[in-house]
Amino acid sequence: MFKNGKCIFIAFILSLLATPIMVAAEYGDVLINNYSDEAGMRPVVFPHWFHRIRFRCKVCHADLGFKMEAGGNQINMLKIIDGEYCGACHNGEVAWAVENCDICHTGKPGQPTQVHQSTASKLTTTTKRKQAESVE
Amino acid sequence: MKFKHSLYILPLSLSFALLAAEPSWRTLVEDGLHDPTSPAIGVLQEPASALSLLPPDTTGNQVSWIRALREGYIEPRTNILPETKIEVLDMDIIMEKTGELSLVMFPHKPHTEWLDCANCHDKIFVEKVDANPINMFAILSGEYCGQCHGAVAFPLTECNRCHSVARSSFTGKPGVQPISVSD
Ligand code: HEC
Ligand code: HEC
Ligand code: HEC
Ligand code: HEC
Ligand code: HEC
Ligand code: HEC
Repeated sequence: MFKNGKCIFIAFILSLLATPIMVAAEYGDVLINNYSDEAGMRPVVFPHWFHRIRFRCKVCHADLGFKMEAGGNQINMLKIIDGEYCGACHNGEVAWAVENCDICHTGKPGQPTQVHQSTASKLTTTTKRKQAESVE
Repeated sequence: MKFKHSLYILPLSLSFALLAAEPSWRTLVEDGLHDPTSPAIGVLQEPASALSLLPPDTTGNQVSWIRALREGYIEPRTNILPETKIEVLDMDIIMEKTGELSLVMFPHKPHTEWLDCANCHDKIFVEKVDANPINMFAILSGEYCGQCHGAVAFPLTECNRCHSVARSSFTGKPGVQPISVSD
């Protein structure tokens, strides 16, 4: 049996999950912005829903070696042009090629790397908002 | 005991109410994530135009991805590199450390239809029954099942999809089940 404090904590987390959040992008959309803002490009939006219609998870996360961590692969254009990560498919063969800059770099600038609608991102945004409110 | 259960039920019913209030998909312009001035708006596919054609669900992408795959609505590729293959394993595991809640049934089959063994073993789970100190706090923080559920696979608000086996109806032994029920 779990202790009462833990139970209240889980309930607290769940109530955070229930609070509406500002961004309502499609579930599983990943915003990748390790370098884009600094380089003056829009950050990258990677839509899981679009790709999982066409590929099983294993294709990217096992065969192509994408780590399951938003921003965790340190993707950059050099690697992509070399045929790694997005470039394993966006090479003009499996999918359209890398010169279509604007189709990958579509995010609103200034947003942190994150998975949208994810439990973890909801928890952090809500906590940050709560902290901001309590400072005012 | 009653008090404890109401602690779960209150926030959950709130989240269900919110989910129920949004049966449709946002357009890319209003999703808050895409830059509305991006030249790709109008070129990118809108979620609704693809997802509304797939078997519905009440949460996540509002698509039952398992049905979409099994019933042939989608045929996602299993490989890019020619030498790799897909290995589906039909093995259910019952987990019993769930406090008072229903037991957790982890089905390998629907997972291995999408994923490779190496996605979970041994990165997320040691390949042995009961060898992983899983608990709900860790899951909600994005570990164990929460690495995928709550990010890409159906969200963590769906308690009873994992906690699916009532304690009172279960007479077998926890761990690997002799007969798989997930098909
Ligand atoms: C298939 C998708 C895709 C396409 C097409 C693409 N990029 Fe990128 N690009 C990425 C990803 C992913 C990153 C990593 C984003 C980050 O972490 O900020 C990135 C990062 C960058 C960066 C910052 C890092 C670096 O390598 O300097 C620049 C600059 C950039 N892209 C420019 C371009 C330009 C210019 C084009 C068109 C010639 C282009 N990109 C096309 C996916 C793409
Ligand atoms: C076309 C390639 C592709 C496919 C298919 C794909 N993913 Fe991903 N996944 C990615 C990329 C890219 C990222 C972000 C990595 C980064 O930012 O470095 C990611 C990130 C993730 C993350 C990390 C989220 C977080 O919390 O940080 C998880 C979990 C994940 N994917 C699960 C899945 C599951 C489950 C499936 C199958 C249903 C799947 N992915 C299919 C490319 C893919
Ligand atoms: C396993 C192969 C694969 C990988 C890896 C991959 N893509 Fe794609 N992607 C595709 C295919 C196939 C399409 C559809 C191409 C078409 O319609 O001609 C696509 C389309 C897209 C689209 C357009 C979606 C739309 O609405 O039309 C975006 C954006 C995109 N990819 C971004 C990325 C980014 C960013 C990465 C790397 C983080 C990536 N992709 C990695 C295969 C892949
Ligand atoms: C993705 C699957 C999944 C979902 C969804 C899920 N759980 Fe769990 N839960 C587990 C697993 C796995 C365990 C650990 C079982 C074991 O180790 O025997 C667990 C354990 C627990 C425990 C006992 C351990 C602890 O940390 O106190 C409680 C209580 C619990 N879950 C509550 C919930 C509630 C409430 C929800 C809905 C908000 C929920 N769970 C949703 C998989 C899930
Ligand atoms: C989505 C994650 C996931 C994937 C993918 C996965 N497993 Fe597992 N596996 C688990 C979990 C969870 C357990 C139970 C661990 C526990 O009880 O602590 C487990 C347990 C096992 C066990 C232990 C059974 C025992 O008797 O102790 C074996 C063997 C196993 N998996 C084999 C495989 C093989 C082979 C594949 C690929 C075909 C695979 N698994 C894919 C999550 C996964
Ligand atoms: C590596 C990613 C990953 C991990 C880890 C993972 N799952 Fe899943 N799970 C998926 C995907 C993908 C699906 C397909 C449905 C979807 O996308 O919503 C799924 C589906 C399920 C289903 C629905 C099966 C059905 O037939 O409807 C259950 C139940 C489930 N998972 C339980 C668990 C439990 C319990 C754990 C932890 C012990 C776990 N999962 C860990 C990715 C994962």
